[in-house]
Amino acid sequence: MSIFIDENTRLVVQGITGRDGSFHTRQMMEYGTEVVAGVTPGKGGQRFEDRVPIFDTVEQAVRETGANTSAIYVPPPFAANAMFEAADAGVDFIVCITEGVPVLDMTRVRPFILEKGARLLGPNCPGLLSAGKSKVGIIPGNITQPGPVGLVSRSGTLTYEVVYKLKGAGIGTTTCVGIGGDPINGTSFIDCLAAFEADPETRAVVIIGEIGGSDEQDAARYVSENLSKPVVGFIAGQTAPPGRRMGHAGAIISGSAGTAEEKIQAFQDNGIGVAKRPLDVVGLVQDVL
Amino acid sequence: MNIHEYQARDILSAHGVPVPDGEVATTADEAERIARRLGGKVVIKAQVHAGGRGKAGGVKLADTPQEAREHAGRILGMEIKGLPVLRVLVAPAEDIASEAYVGIIVDRASKAPVFMVSREGGVDIEEVAATNPNAIRRQPVDPRYGLLPHQAYSLATSLYDDVRQQRAAAKILQQLYAAFVDSGASLAEINPLVTTPDGEVKALDAKINIDENELFRKPEVEALRDPSAEAPSEVAAREAGLTFIKLEGDVGCCVNGAGLAMATMDLVKYYGGDPANFLDIGGSSNPEKVVNALRIITSDPGVRVILFNIFGGITRCDDVANGIVTATRQINIDVPIVIRLTGTNEELAVQILEQAGFSAMTDMDEAVKRAVHLAKGEGK
Repeated sequence: MSIFIDENTRLVVQGITGRDGSFHTRQMMEYGTEVVAGVTPGKGGQRFEDRVPIFDTVEQAVRETGANTSAIYVPPPFAANAMFEAADAGVDFIVCITEGVPVLDMTRVRPFILEKGARLLGPNCPGLLSAGKSKVGIIPGNITQPGPVGLVSRSGTLTYEVVYKLKGAGIGTTTCVGIGGDPINGTSFIDCLAAFEADPETRAVVIIGEIGGSDEQDAARYVSENLSKPVVGFIAGQTAPPGRRMGHAGAIISGSAGTAEEKIQAFQDNGIGVAKRPLDVVGLVQDVL
Repeated sequence: MNIHEYQARDILSAHGVPVPDGEVATTADEAERIARRLGGKVVIKAQVHAGGRGKAGGVKLADTPQEAREHAGRILGMEIKGLPVLRVLVAPAEDIASEAYVGIIVDRASKAPVFMVSREGGVDIEEVAATNPNAIRRQPVDPRYGLLPHQAYSLATSLYDDVRQQRAAAKILQQLYAAFVDSGASLAEINPLVTTPDGEVKALDAKINIDENELFRKPEVEALRDPSAEAPSEVAAREAGLTFIKLEGDVGCCVNGAGLAMATMDLVKYYGGDPANFLDIGGSSNPEKVVNALRIITSDPGVRVILFNIFGGITRCDDVANGIVTATRQINIDVPIVIRLTGTNEELAVQILEQAGFSAMTDMDEAVKRAVHLAKGEGK
């Protein structure tokens, strides 16, 4: 099995005719993702690559094709509306790749999507990949293979690095999820941990965090209270200068700075093995499998 | 994006928040003229994007216009945390009866804008949060309704006992919220919010941080940017669409993705080296971006080796390779370059690099080790 997407995923791509949207749609189709529709206002009636029907609205796409998942590649000024539109059209799972969405837009989008009963991943995320079944987003398809590890991360390329090293050691994944680094996003570490716990094929979980905020600390507590499966972690940013990347905001609210040391400590206190280097994730995973 | 105190004051004032009179000066002469116009005692405040201005000597009281001129002359031209002070704010020195803190931020944990208010103002709010968290009242805001009147009033009652001051503060909180939303801020704070001996409530100091992602739709806010208040290398990086933070070491790093960039810096440290910078060339890189990145890295005389760490996904390795080749033709680079790339179009990239006389590695740890060795002048 896998989490959030699998062979039953029917994808509509919002922004399918754009530069990034078209490139990655081709990649997703090549991987085996069932892309059933595209949306670009004004281009309804055309086809993408002579195959995928394009619609003017998500509502039409869902009605005509039964799409249940959406991938959003539209530019930042239109991203909030694209998320609203997908949720309104009844899409269950919305993956927003777009980077640069204003955070105040997200304060409105998030509650709207929750009220519709849908799930949002991102924005500003690489999407997710269920090995051998389906990928939605921009994660390269060849860097992993089916296997027993679930992986959740706040970063993109660092995730690729880790799953690629796991593959090098012959270890594959169920699903790799990049939740994105924006302050307000749809799916949290905890949402993914809960889904991996419920997935019978996932036998171990890797969590990759970075400095800033307290999401990793919350996730660590959740692991010790709710997970029966072993969890391995890595935190990026141990040498980052304080006060530069993370805003004032997280620091004030939590009364703490969200440093790497603090997060590593939280992982260790809650039974999560912490890798010193990305490479060390491999050994830790081998130990727990 | 950071803006100056005087700019934040202007935004608050435009939304109706009472702020004291005051003007910005760029010379000692101007400061004297403003002090004369204001009359009485004035305060001279350095306008710079750094905390701890007071401790650094960037805030001074002056009894006379002559003294204002002297202080301004000294503060203009000083550096605070490496940033030159090019402007001072000259404002009347207020008599203060009490100092409170009010602020609003976008909070990761509540996934919403959250107000924080405290009777303990005028000090570092992080200090209060750490030592006496109960002294801070919080109120999340549903952005669909804004700060509701009863929420504003309830916050105000925790700040003041006097009903007149409570009403004044409630109004200021709603004006602060409007300023926060209109300017596309991630943080807006008034610290201190003071009362004067005759009972008035005023914003004595203001700070607003702007969400960079808002700027495409707020040209009037973008216009407030002051590049002279930022490190030149960071300005150049931003204009080239790169994220760059200068550090103290000698291994220049050029990486795609923030997480991998941080992990690369960490690994440099792990193998005994010292990173010279954080640099994320982002996704969808084109060769021009790589040329700009190399220009910025090599402008730091402390750099002794340049390390590329690229995991191609949306970034194509051949784009990066072309950028490296172009850059080395355009700029004179006299330090060794270690290149690690893997992922999208890796084979093509290796071909391009080898034809130009470079070699490429595929393993991150090996590449970092090699860069650290070269920085120390060991091996070849």
